[in-house]
Amino acid sequence: MSQWFNICKSEDLAPNSGICAQFESQQVAIFFCQRNQDLYAVSNFDPIAQANVISRGIIGSTQGETYVASPLYKQRFNLKTGVCLDLPEHVLKTYAVRIDAEHVQLQATA
Amino acid sequence: MNKQRIVVVGNGMVGHKFIDTLIADESVDYEIITFSEESRLAYDRVQLSGFFSGKTADDLALTDAIYYQENGINFVLNDKVVTLDTKNNQVVTNSGRVESYDKLVLATGSFPFVPPIAGNDKEHCHVYRTIDDLEDITASGKSSKVGVVVGGGLLGLEAANALVNLGLETHVVEFAPRLMAVQLDDGGGQLLRRKIEALGVQVHTEKATTEIVDGENCRYRMNFADGNFLETDTIVFSAGIRPQDELARQFDLKIGERGGIAINDQCQTNVENVYAIGECALWDNKIFGLVAPGYQMAKVAAAHIKGESLTFTGADMSTKLKLLGIDVASIGEVHGQTPGAQSYTYHDEIEQVYKRLIVSEDGTKIVGAVLVGDAEAYGTLLQLLLNDMTLPENPAVLILPSTGDQQAAGFGVEALPETATICSCFDVSKGDLTSAVAAGCCTMGDLKEQTKASTGCGGCSALTKQVLDSELASLGFEVNNDLCEHFAYSRQELADIIRVKKITTFDQLLESYGSGLGCEICKPTAGSILASYWNEYVLEDTHIELQDSNDLYLGNIQKNGTYSVVPRIAGGEITPDKLIVLGEVAKEFDLYTKITGGQRIDLFGAQLHELPVIWQQLIDAGFETGHAYGKSLRTVKSCVGNTWCRFGVDDSMSLALNLENRYKGLRSPHKIKFAVSGCTRECAEAQSKDIGLISTENGWNMYVCGNGGMRPRHGDLFASGLDEQTLIKYIDRFLMFYVRTADRLQRTSVWMENMEGGLDYLREVVIEDKLNLAAELELEMENNIKNYQCEWKTTLQNPEKLKRFKHFINSDDTDNQLAFELEREQRIPAQQTIKVVELTA
Repeated sequence: MSQWFNICKSEDLAPNSGICAQFESQQVAIFFCQRNQDLYAVSNFDPIAQANVISRGIIGSTQGETYVASPLYKQRFNLKTGVCLDLPEHVLKTYAVRIDAEHVQLQATA
Repeated sequence: MNKQRIVVVGNGMVGHKFIDTLIADESVDYEIITFSEESRLAYDRVQLSGFFSGKTADDLALTDAIYYQENGINFVLNDKVVTLDTKNNQVVTNSGRVESYDKLVLATGSFPFVPPIAGNDKEHCHVYRTIDDLEDITASGKSSKVGVVVGGGLLGLEAANALVNLGLETHVVEFAPRLMAVQLDDGGGQLLRRKIEALGVQVHTEKATTEIVDGENCRYRMNFADGNFLETDTIVFSAGIRPQDELARQFDLKIGERGGIAINDQCQTNVENVYAIGECALWDNKIFGLVAPGYQMAKVAAAHIKGESLTFTGADMSTKLKLLGIDVASIGEVHGQTPGAQSYTYHDEIEQVYKRLIVSEDGTKIVGAVLVGDAEAYGTLLQLLLNDMTLPENPAVLILPSTGDQQAAGFGVEALPETATICSCFDVSKGDLTSAVAAGCCTMGDLKEQTKASTGCGGCSALTKQVLDSELASLGFEVNNDLCEHFAYSRQELADIIRVKKITTFDQLLESYGSGLGCEICKPTAGSILASYWNEYVLEDTHIELQDSNDLYLGNIQKNGTYSVVPRIAGGEITPDKLIVLGEVAKEFDLYTKITGGQRIDLFGAQLHELPVIWQQLIDAGFETGHAYGKSLRTVKSCVGNTWCRFGVDDSMSLALNLENRYKGLRSPHKIKFAVSGCTRECAEAQSKDIGLISTENGWNMYVCGNGGMRPRHGDLFASGLDEQTLIKYIDRFLMFYVRTADRLQRTSVWMENMEGGLDYLREVVIEDKLNLAAELELEMENNIKNYQCEWKTTLQNPEKLKRFKHFINSDDTDNQLAFELEREQRIPAQQTIKVVELTA
């Protein structure tokens, strides 16, 4: 089993919104959806807009799937799978994320 | 075989309609040449008065040179046919041009009748018929204070409206005992007079002008037969029209006793291959001074030339129009010439509404009707007349106001036969509309574009809408205005819910009225409505998730994820010291600097962690946020006005500052732009803004619903001669009504265009307070203004909020993938694509 790393305090999470964390020299967008108490982590890089902005997107849902809409051109990415709902050839890398006591943790990918 | 050659004399609305009818029929091919003595091809004379509310000659054009050229139509402007040789089938023009024809169509229209009064040819005496006339009237208006219209008929009152728009003290002089003597009865004429006088137009009836001489206080003095007189600077004659039959008269076509070229049911004159159509033609001893019968004649003549059978059988002269903002309609026969006819009259002196319904002796059929002050029943009553339908059991309900829950009086459009003409300007039947709907037209916009219905005088728009709705319903369409999958409500409905239920958070809204988690559509919409009504800090914990990219970090996100910074520079006025601060800040943070179209300065390329530092410096220097990131009031652009400008009429700068400071930060369905010009030279380009103000000698003229952008639109003149206090009242109401009823991301232009009743309705709501909402709207605006805050100031005072302004939650590093390059000595995003290092998944 890969190791879990503390990233930030759980109080640093923005309810129903995103934050960006540095992890293994990558940029990871972490979203906390308060309404269903779900936590998601995906790459912060928007492959369509070619910019590190995903954490600043709006969380939404369609047909029960939770997604984030990119702040630049509004393409929607499924937060569980990373797959773009509008252009499925684009996929965000996803990360395992959890809350352990007061810490938000990401799991090492290696 | 040579093509048949058709010469059309006159390129007015009817002449053009004739040509257009032949162009539209691809099965025929003629050589067509048309002459116009005017300098323009056909334009919409019905909308002529629009010229005074900002429409240009191009807006009024019905065709253009390119369209004619593409369709092989030859046209000659500024040349008049002066000789007609029916033996040799030839015409000769003023310039000596000779053209032979196989068929000749006279569409010479009419000319305004100028009563034979001594002095009627003085310099500032005009008629009201062509764009050139309107330009002359405008020119005279500039050197006039008082204007008189001779003639209180339909056109005369339009001319009076024009003079009012020019800011003149306006009088109407009428020979008959009442206004619109042809269309109205006594009661209707009297109420119309009262209403017009209430607008400041002075009406003088039973006055016969005997001479026009030099005046004492004004340029001229008009002496009347009864010994009275009136002084004026400008005179517009609008005392009826006469058929332009001069050519036919000189060259022996048959003319009626009182003028007009006599035609048969095929629109032929007494010479077989010569036709006459429109206002120059006399059918059954009648001249038809409306466009719809003219169009009908054009079609009949075209059909006859093509060998088809269509006959002209007369036309209904019913009419509905808005004169100086007053609804007036006349249907059928209203002067008691139908034996045994009886009438119902509804007269509300408080609301100033007059309606009279005249019915047949047995009470089963409509004979005529007069409506003043409220013409909503026009469509229904006209259809009852045209289709010879039987009246309901108690015909009075047709003109009585609907009371509360009682269904609106009248009949369902379902009852109309498919052949019923809905739009008489473009001859669109109910059948035409229903088949267009069946073929996929689902909105008024589609339907107008497809069928042209209600794009002429607009009198049928309510009826067209009813047909559309009833057809959509019967086809099983459900008109879906749902905002998104989470809310089964339109934006307007959500705004009502939030306002009435005093909802202050998205959680409450979603819980009680929505489903799911929300989305990038409903969240910013709800955020905007909440801000419009309660105006709380947008980065409050409960609101933060609702903010779109720009509002979220109080900056405008750029393509590489950096932000631009735009402090407010109200009215574009800035001190040198502040300008220096902007320069210093830009220099320190290496921000690309550009002047915006809204007269302020945009600093590009700030990273998240830099935003608070930059804003602290700006706020310390006395700046505040410019809300460039919000769907909210952006700027009030202004010229310097009379403080500096030698042409300035009023202080546009002060007004611009007042307005910008009053409405700054108002969150709205879309961005809002204002401009203020200190004189009619219009340097601030106010007519391209949502709200545009132009100073005139008589006060501020207010234009609304203009915009630039993808689909530019000139604003419409909404009200004129306003003082600042009234102006602000109107803007308060206008904006809050927009906030309340517009769709998401709908600019004021589209909002108004989609509104049933359009600009007139908007005036009724904002100026006349028809919905009794004015006080409420003003109060809402007051609350919004009271709760204004500079969002950057609030943010800088709140350490918790400032935590969000860094790229990483767990590091002070910045986005290492940002790359810049230099262009013209400034920093811009690197133009090659950023290298993707991590996308290995």
